[in-house]
Amino acid sequence: MIDQDFTESLLSRFKSVTKRHHEDCLTLECDSSEVAELLFHLRDEETFDLMVDLTAIDHGELAEIRFSVVSHLYSRIHRDYLRIHSICGDNESPSFPSVSSIFPAANWHEREAYDMFGIHFTDHPNLKRILMWDGYPYYPLRKDFPLAGIETPLPADDVAEVTQASVDPAPMMGGPFVSTIDGNMSDSEPRAKDESWTEETEKPS
Amino acid sequence: MSTKTVEVNVGDVGARGADASHQVDGEKMALNVGPSHPTTHGVLRLMMDLDGDVITRCEPVLGYLHRGDEKIAENMTYNQFVPYTDRLDYLAPLANNVAYAIAVEKLTGIELPERCQAIRVLVSEMARISSHLLGMGVFGMDAGAWTPFMYTFTEREKLYTLFEELTGARFTTSYTRIGGVARDIPEGWLGRVTHFCENLPKAIDEVEKLLTRNRIFLDRTEGIGQVSKEDAIAYGFTGPNLRASGVDLDLRKDKPYSGYEKYDFDVPIGTRGDCYDRYLIRIEEVRQSLRIIKQVIDDFPSGLWYSEDAKKIFAPPKDKILTSMEELIQNFMIVTEGPQIPAGEVYFEAENPKGALGFYIVSKGGGVPYRLKIRAPSFCNLSILEHMVPGHMLSDITVILGSLDFVMGECDR
Repeated sequence: MIDQDFTESLLSRFKSVTKRHHEDCLTLECDSSEVAELLFHLRDEETFDLMVDLTAIDHGELAEIRFSVVSHLYSRIHRDYLRIHSICGDNESPSFPSVSSIFPAANWHEREAYDMFGIHFTDHPNLKRILMWDGYPYYPLRKDFPLAGIETPLPADDVAEVTQASVDPAPMMGGPFVSTIDGNMSDSEPRAKDESWTEETEKPS
Repeated sequence: MSTKTVEVNVGDVGARGADASHQVDGEKMALNVGPSHPTTHGVLRLMMDLDGDVITRCEPVLGYLHRGDEKIAENMTYNQFVPYTDRLDYLAPLANNVAYAIAVEKLTGIELPERCQAIRVLVSEMARISSHLLGMGVFGMDAGAWTPFMYTFTEREKLYTLFEELTGARFTTSYTRIGGVARDIPEGWLGRVTHFCENLPKAIDEVEKLLTRNRIFLDRTEGIGQVSKEDAIAYGFTGPNLRASGVDLDLRKDKPYSGYEKYDFDVPIGTRGDCYDRYLIRIEEVRQSLRIIKQVIDDFPSGLWYSEDAKKIFAPPKDKILTSMEELIQNFMIVTEGPQIPAGEVYFEAENPKGALGFYIVSKGGGVPYRLKIRAPSFCNLSILEHMVPGHMLSDITVILGSLDFVMGECDR
């Protein structure tokens, strides 16, 4: 387990690092400019050599700071995890320094965070989409992206030309229950998601 | 919704794949394997450059099975997401269910009764056996040995019969709930599990006789796909693949959850980290899982299979719902608004058959997670391909992919 001395020495060594209230494992907040240095130190001096996870959080369109990057490290000596929160400056085009040169495992995690949130990892060796296809125009895990998806052209131009098909939003009516975090209970019902617009119920614009 | 049928001519798919990979100069050849290819065990696509038979570049392309599970999780209550966890590593759904439930429970801080913990350990280990049986079988098949697959598949089928009796489904079990499991074990079921466990070692011995000292199998796997200890750690390997490279890390031992500390078992560690080591580790893990199952059954705790204290989290039993007002309201609230989870953030990893399956949950209180990140072991285990494959022969691809034992359902989420 991580003891008090370990935390104290980290806090005194890195100026921008602060401790945060946590339920499970030691949680630090670190300025994005100092993250690489902190990770380097943790890997080589403090045996936190396994990067288990790196991801991002979208705090919503209205939040003052919209995106933050969260990484989890594991130490086989301490037998414990460590979580590092860092905020991404610039809500419009968020960017963050890549740590894939320190942890090769971060390479794909960063590509995924770029794919899902549109966070640009500077100096990443191969920053392109990983789960969605190349050229997909949206960032699906952002809070303003609708659950059903948005109509998008097919990735293969030749198929799209012949079929006139596109990637359509998923039909929500009769599908799974959808419970939003702050919505009305009646909005969770499948029939509330009826999007088959008729002459009587016109499509809202 | 009306369905429209259109016949299309999509041209030469292979040519399009080759076009997509970059121009190759001189004598090299671009080869596109997958996304639908028997070697890739699902829908993994590899874009490779070949110099003769030697691979000079390998770029994995993922996402063909991406269903947006994390987005879906943000739009439904905690219990509604349990069936989606079945579809992560669909070869060990019970282990995923358990990992997810423990992750959410960690936020609430509820204590589970011993019986519930024992059931969870039992089903996780059964899931591990079922996953490894398939993994070993198809690995043998990838290396050209058909027969072991028949043995392992027969045994796996028996396991699925047991799963069906327990959960009502063979594949998509959805067995856990936040705060417990869906139902208690059926009468006489433990006896049938014991019977299965007594007979499994015979089948494993048969597989070992066919594979472990098989000259062809050895030639194809020894020294192939070697991953050093340093690389395994740097690229975020977990589970049997990490241990095959000689790193002693098993979360069941190092960070015990659900009462694993009570059971006595060994963690096999490899020495060279090649495909053969990864096979040996899995064989041994099956035997160790049998040891755990035996200990669980020998000392099976009595009591409840859910936490009684979890009033706003676990739905009460049906007979009480139908007879008592308080329980009826409790059930109604849990079903409509979801289990009430306090605000906070938590990261939990469970030692699943494929590696460490992690859930990072950010809750703002209430029945729906604000953000749920799934840390999939297959995703991390595959990221090494780009680094490891170049220098191998084309025919080794089959064996390397087989030995990594990944599942694309979990990788693409």
